Amino acid sequence: MTWFTGHVDEVFGLARTHLVLSMVPLLFGLLIALPLGWMARRVPRLYGPLIAGSGLLYTIPSLALFILMPLVLGTQILDPINVIVAMTIYTIALMVRTVADGLAAVPDHVTQAATSMGIGRWRRFFTVELPLAVPVIAAGLRVAAVSNVSIVSVAAIIGVAQLGSLFTDGFNRAFVDPIVVGVIACLVLAVAVDAAILLVVRLLTPWQRGGAAA
Amino acid sequence: MIVLEDVQKRFPDGTVAVGGLSLTAPDGRITVLVGPSGCGKTTSLRMINRMIEPTGGSITVNGQDVAAMNPNELRRGMGYVIQHAGLFPHRSVIDNVATVPVLLGTKKSVARRQAMELLERVGLEPALAQRYPNQLSGGQQQRVGVARALAADPPVMLMDEPFSAVDPVVREQLQDEFLRLQSELGKTIVFVTHDIDEAIKLGDQVAVLRVGGTLAQVASPADLLADPVDDFVADFLGKDRGYRGLGFQATPQLPLREEVTVPIGSSKEQALRLAAGQRWILALDDQRRPLGWVEPEHLRDEVVPTMLHRGGTVASTEGSLRNALDAALSSPSRRGVIVDAAGRFVGTVVAAEVLSAVEVARADS
Repeated sequence: MTWFTGHVDEVFGLARTHLVLSMVPLLFGLLIALPLGWMARRVPRLYGPLIAGSGLLYTIPSLALFILMPLVLGTQILDPINVIVAMTIYTIALMVRTVADGLAAVPDHVTQAATSMGIGRWRRFFTVELPLAVPVIAAGLRVAAVSNVSIVSVAAIIGVAQLGSLFTDGFNRAFVDPIVVGVIACLVLAVAVDAAILLVVRLLTPWQRGGAAA
Repeated sequence: MIVLEDVQKRFPDGTVAVGGLSLTAPDGRITVLVGPSGCGKTTSLRMINRMIEPTGGSITVNGQDVAAMNPNELRRGMGYVIQHAGLFPHRSVIDNVATVPVLLGTKKSVARRQAMELLERVGLEPALAQRYPNQLSGGQQQRVGVARALAADPPVMLMDEPFSAVDPVVREQLQDEFLRLQSELGKTIVFVTHDIDEAIKLGDQVAVLRVGGTLAQVASPADLLADPVDDFVADFLGKDRGYRGLGFQATPQLPLREEVTVPIGSSKEQALRLAAGQRWILALDDQRRPLGWVEPEHLRDEVVPTMLHRGGTVASTEGSLRNALDAALSSPSRRGVIVDAAGRFVGTVVAAEVLSAVEVARADS
């Protein structure tokens, strides 16, 4: 562990990049998956293709996707944008189905009641359906978040530095300390992100808890 | 006034849910749509607020064609109550009730204050206002559903089996309170149910629909029971139509009998003395309200509530002939207990006397 104490700043720096590279795509992916999931739910004919299509994205090997990105986007090979876009694609892959399922879980009589009160389609989506889909969407989001934290480390191979760099570094030098530190740091990050999402969900869904409401 | 004229609904797959329904729901009255499943009653209701668009005919509300109105504005002007209340699980009870007023632009604080009054009006404790719907019982949720539908004080209420999902005891409470509320508010109500007893209890007029969405008969409950137009309606109304019809006949002046009564808490000796050989005497409380029949012979020491026969129903002079007849039939002494409007005992009546009153009422009509 003397290695760690000597490299605290470096590890924290890598962790910060790691966090940005996994969480910014999580946000983007969610924002893109929302309309896609909504569409899958709203147009029954699109449900199959959208769910299958987005799910298929997840099967693309991450390394291949990272390498493919500069070709598709016309970016530099070392540009972090490549990683952001690739991770966003993975998030979309996981979230489209979750969003569609979350919206499907909103009880029919509740949406009908909303309609019967003259709540228009858009207002209904944002004030009734989306809030009620939060628990399901959040469950999927937690999976995607942890998955992102894990997958993004592969980007070290194409030279985008984050905690994964500790693995390549340790591997190249046949030196186990950075690898152990990297694993632990990834784990801590994943748990922290998971806990943060859980906290946000609890704040967003006071109605899910028993007891008197705020 | 809501007028349906030859309204039709054919779904894209060719099934006809409503096959030309013409019906008028008068102002301030409860019109009940009743019929077996598949008779298009819910579809008909939903065409009024355009949750389903008709494929033929026209619907007007106070002379305005609903097809020409903005659907959301139309709906905000009509209260709508459904079977499972359909409350928003993520909003507190009070915010559920305030939904439509807020949509219509009422300030949130004002809407909440009005919502509190409404909750009280439908018989809910103020303490429940801050709860979420899943913390309420089914009956309470349904009351919130009614309060929410009333929140913007719409002249029209559409109700789709609002009391079907609660147990019979709560249902009866909700029905009674609904009638009380309606007597104060005088809304124009279209009420859908599959339960003919509910239809007869609540409706000012009852429209019986056939499968395929056509009108079999529309009439007041009393007329419906007295004169069903065909076998379908008669079968749907069920048995005991004559007896149930008495429920709509006011009790005329009945020849009331004096009755030996005993105050609750009296001793056995006192009760025996008062009875003077009679098997059953009536126990009253200190307000002269009847508590139950008692057999002095079988008393241990005092006339206590546990020794009273509880089977007899009590009829009011303000009630129906059905109540009076049932009071006589259910009484262990065969003498039906009659009370005044304040619930005080005024006398008893035997079944034969009620029946002759029925005959007299028939001959007069």
